[in-house]
Amino acid sequence: MAETDQITPRDWSSHPPYNHPPYRSTELRAPTKPLIPISHTLSERTGPVYGHDGVGPLDHDLTRNGARNGEPLGERIVVTGRVLDDAGRPVPHTLIEVWQANAAGRYIHIVDQHPAPIDPNFFGAGRCVTDADGRYRFYSVKPGAYPWGNHPNAWRPNHIHFSLFGQSLSSRLVTQMYFPGDPLLDLDPIFLASPSEARNRLISEFSIDATEPEFALGYVFDIVLRGRAATPMEA
Amino acid sequence: MSQETPFKQTPSQTVGPYFAYGLTPEQYGYSHAAIADGIMVSGGTEGERIRVEGRVLDGAGDPVNDAMIELWQANAHGHYNHPEDAREDNLLDPEFSGFGRFGTGVDAENRFIFSTIKPGAAGDGQAPHIAVVVFMRGTLSHAYTRIYFSDEQDANGSDPVLNSVPQDRRQTLIARRDDTPGGPVYRFDIHMQGERETVFFDV
Ligand SMILES: [Fe+2]
Repeated sequence: MAETDQITPRDWSSHPPYNHPPYRSTELRAPTKPLIPISHTLSERTGPVYGHDGVGPLDHDLTRNGARNGEPLGERIVVTGRVLDDAGRPVPHTLIEVWQANAAGRYIHIVDQHPAPIDPNFFGAGRCVTDADGRYRFYSVKPGAYPWGNHPNAWRPNHIHFSLFGQSLSSRLVTQMYFPGDPLLDLDPIFLASPSEARNRLISEFSIDATEPEFALGYVFDIVLRGRAATPMEA
Repeated sequence: MSQETPFKQTPSQTVGPYFAYGLTPEQYGYSHAAIADGIMVSGGTEGERIRVEGRVLDGAGDPVNDAMIELWQANAHGHYNHPEDAREDNLLDPEFSGFGRFGTGVDAENRFIFSTIKPGAAGDGQAPHIAVVVFMRGTLSHAYTRIYFSDEQDANGSDPVLNSVPQDRRQTLIARRDDTPGGPVYRFDIHMQGERETVFFDV
C-alpha cells in the first residue's frame, strides 16, 4: 500500500456530534451548518511538534508534582498504554497532556465551586511523551466523581482529561479516559454522546500486570489517532 | 481496553470548563509551566509583527469565557516548522514554532489575543492563512477554521480553500486589518451559530 499525503478522515462514526441535546451546553455552541470538506494542504498535514523539551522531570508524576508537605490522598494509580494511528502504527515521541480532579472530585481550577476539599498536595495536571513504540506512562491518584449543573443530580463519572497532538494538526485529539465498572457512565451525557459502538474505547482497563506491587493500581488506556491514509494498490 | 482491528479512532470528548490549569496554566496564573501561550514571537522572529484578536460568540451572541483557541501557521517564508514540510532549510526560522494557545477566561472582554507574525504564502497556490482549532465546554469535538487576511484580496481570490466555501460565507474567514498605533491588529470573531456562523471545516 502506498501512502498518500492525506490524513485519514475524522471518523464521524467514532466521534460525538456537535449537537447533543442531553448535554445542554451544546445547544448554543454547536455549529449548525454542515462542515465544509477540505483537501489536506500543508496546514493540515503539519502541526505542532512537542517532544521531551518542555516536559519537566516530575511532569509525568501527579503524585509528586503538586506535593507541598506530603503525598496526595487517594488511591494511587499508574496509567499506561500506547498511542497508535488508525493503521495500527505507533505514534512515537508525541506529547500527552493530562488534567483531572483530585480524589475527592475537586479541581484546583478557580471556577470549580464544588464544596469538596482541595488537596494541598495535589495539583492535578501533568504531561508525558510516548516512547519509540508509542508507549506512555504517568502516575496519579484516582480522580473522584463530581456534580455538575447539567440536570438535577448530575454527576460526572471518574475521568482523566487527555490532550494529544499526534503527527499533524489533523490528528489533534482532546478526550477523556474513564474507569471500568463506573455506574455513572450510563448516566453521563458526555460519555453517552459518543456513538455506542465507540464508547468502550474511552474506558480504560484494569490490569494486574500494569499494577505496581505495594504501590499503584494499573490502568491501560490505548489511544488511536488519525494518521497517514493509505491508497489501495489499484489506485 | 482491548484494541479493535482495524484500529478505530478514539472518540473526542469536550475539553470541559476546567482545562486552564492543564493546558493554559501560566496565562491563568497557575504555577505550572505552559508549553505554549499567546505570544508566538520572540525578539529574533522574522516577519511582520501582528496581533490577532477576537471573541468566540455563542448562539445567543454572548462571548464564551471558557474557550481555548489554538493557532498553527507558517513562518514569514511560508514554511511550516514540521518534518512534513521538506522544502529547503533556508526557509526555516528557528525563532518561530508556529503554534499558539490562548484561553478566553482571563481577558475582561473574553478575547483571545495572539502576538504573532503574518505568515508567508506556502507557494502552493494558497493565500497566507492561519489554521485555527476551537475547543470549549459544550463542544464535544473540536472545530477547525481558518483565518485569512483582509489585505490579501488578490491572493484570497485565487485561494482554493476559500473558493470551495459558498461565496456568501467567505467573509466569516477573513480577519479585518486595523492599523493601530501599537501595530497591525487583525480582528476575527468566531461565531458558533447564527447568521454570521463561522465556516468550520471537516479537516
Ligand atoms: Fe472533568
